[in-house]
Amino acid sequence: MNETTVQLNDKTARTHILQDLQHQAAIASKVYVQRDYNSGTICKFQTKFPSELESRVDKQQFEETMQTLNNLYAEAEKIGGKSYLEGCLACMTAYTIFLCMETHYEKVLKKIARFIKEQNEKIYAPLGLLLTDPIERGLRVVEITIFEDRSIGFGR
Amino acid sequence: MKNCEYQQIDARALGTPASSFQPCTEMKVPRLRRKWEVFPGKNRFYCDGRIILARQSGILPLTLGLIVVTSVLFFAFDCPFLVTHLTVCIPVIGGVLFLFVVISLLQTSLTDPGILPRALPDEAADIEKQIYTSGSSMYRPPPRTKEILINQQVVKLKYCFTCKMFRPPRTSHCSLCDNCVERFDHHCPWVGNCVGKRNYRFFYSFIVSLSFHTSFIFGCVVTHLTLRTYEVILLHQKESPARYPFHIICFFSIWSVLGLSGFHTYLVASNLTTNEDIKGSWSSKRGAEDSGNPYTYNSIFINCCATLCGPMPPSLIDRRGFLPPDDIPPVAAADLELSSFLAKNDTNMVGMPSSGHTS
Repeated sequence: MNETTVQLNDKTARTHILQDLQHQAAIASKVYVQRDYNSGTICKFQTKFPSELESRVDKQQFEETMQTLNNLYAEAEKIGGKSYLEGCLACMTAYTIFLCMETHYEKVLKKIARFIKEQNEKIYAPLGLLLTDPIERGLRVVEITIFEDRSIGFGR
Repeated sequence: MKNCEYQQIDARALGTPASSFQPCTEMKVPRLRRKWEVFPGKNRFYCDGRIILARQSGILPLTLGLIVVTSVLFFAFDCPFLVTHLTVCIPVIGGVLFLFVVISLLQTSLTDPGILPRALPDEAADIEKQIYTSGSSMYRPPPRTKEILINQQVVKLKYCFTCKMFRPPRTSHCSLCDNCVERFDHHCPWVGNCVGKRNYRFFYSFIVSLSFHTSFIFGCVVTHLTLRTYEVILLHQKESPARYPFHIICFFSIWSVLGLSGFHTYLVASNLTTNEDIKGSWSSKRGAEDSGNPYTYNSIFINCCATLCGPMPPSLIDRRGFLPPDDIPPVAAADLELSSFLAKNDTNMVGMPSSGHTS
């Protein structure tokens, strides 16, 4: 399977490498960053740096990633003119437009997925870490998988 | 040696229905299951996971039946009379209201109310590990509550033993559906589903439009009866009392629906849920001065807009997503790796798990 993935020379190769990391490399441990409810029920994750990552990643880099993630979720849940317009329009059509239109929240979720993928490819995968999109964990936690050291240097 | 075996399988896989090779040919294209098929809660799914319903549909058929029968009787018996005597707008308005009611009802019943997916084993173990600092060999269940501060107010988060996680604020576990539901309002038997964060606006538009609809029908019926009575008295015409029982049902249901709409309007305006109101979570009777609702925006207009016109949150349970192939039993997984060597140029096998994500 190693030869198969290395033969591909396009961007999909990196995605396959990340998936190979998941399937082949031994998982040393998983760290979970919980939700921060101090501001209410909005989606926000704790930015406190977990101690298990001290040897792997720079604290500031991690906190910057988490802060950007929180900002993106705040953008998705923002109550303002645009969301009111969407809500009123939906109400008038008996909410049937949700069947054919992509909501603002869904658009931002796609943006978040792209952001996490980019962060994984550029920063975390070379350090043997993998961030899981919180939507795959029901927006409860940010799961960070720590892989064993010997699998680093794979394809980079 | 292995390569020879693969070539043998490759040649035989084309046609021979030999039982020893049957599993291999079947396992080459394993049927990926969708997440709704293994959903642990008490829900039913239709249309390949697009529609979700509580296992007990409650009295939803009765609700639909009452609405449809009353409306049909109205259109059949009252509308012809009123169209000739008053205006043609009456059936039009009635029709629009009826459509609104039925669509809102179906949306409330068939939408995911905001179910929280259960914690995965790793996550649950991590939560338990965080609670226990000492290495005790005896298993103790985690403490039931965790206190946090929301807007300078102490809120207790409870641990859900079924879902293996601390419930977010305003989340409650519905025993009928066996799910934790975000911003849990109540489980409505009339609608046959929980009312939570994602379908509260549908529920509210259902009860408000139903109030308007029943009031409208009742008003038209009273008008019809009044005009009829004049005609009976003045022109000595015959009366037809057959449909009166349904009008009596309409009369009694108006007050309950109007009352419910009024109650929920109060809840929306103060950003409360039925669950919180019944339990008196933020009631000032508790004695503490600052035990107000920490979620309110302190403005009726903003509370209403936030609850009803806020952004539509996505479904977190990802019903139509595919399960990762890790769930396939180890024997079959070995065969999968086997067949991936055969299809060297076939990138689909490796890429399949990631392409199944749809919300």
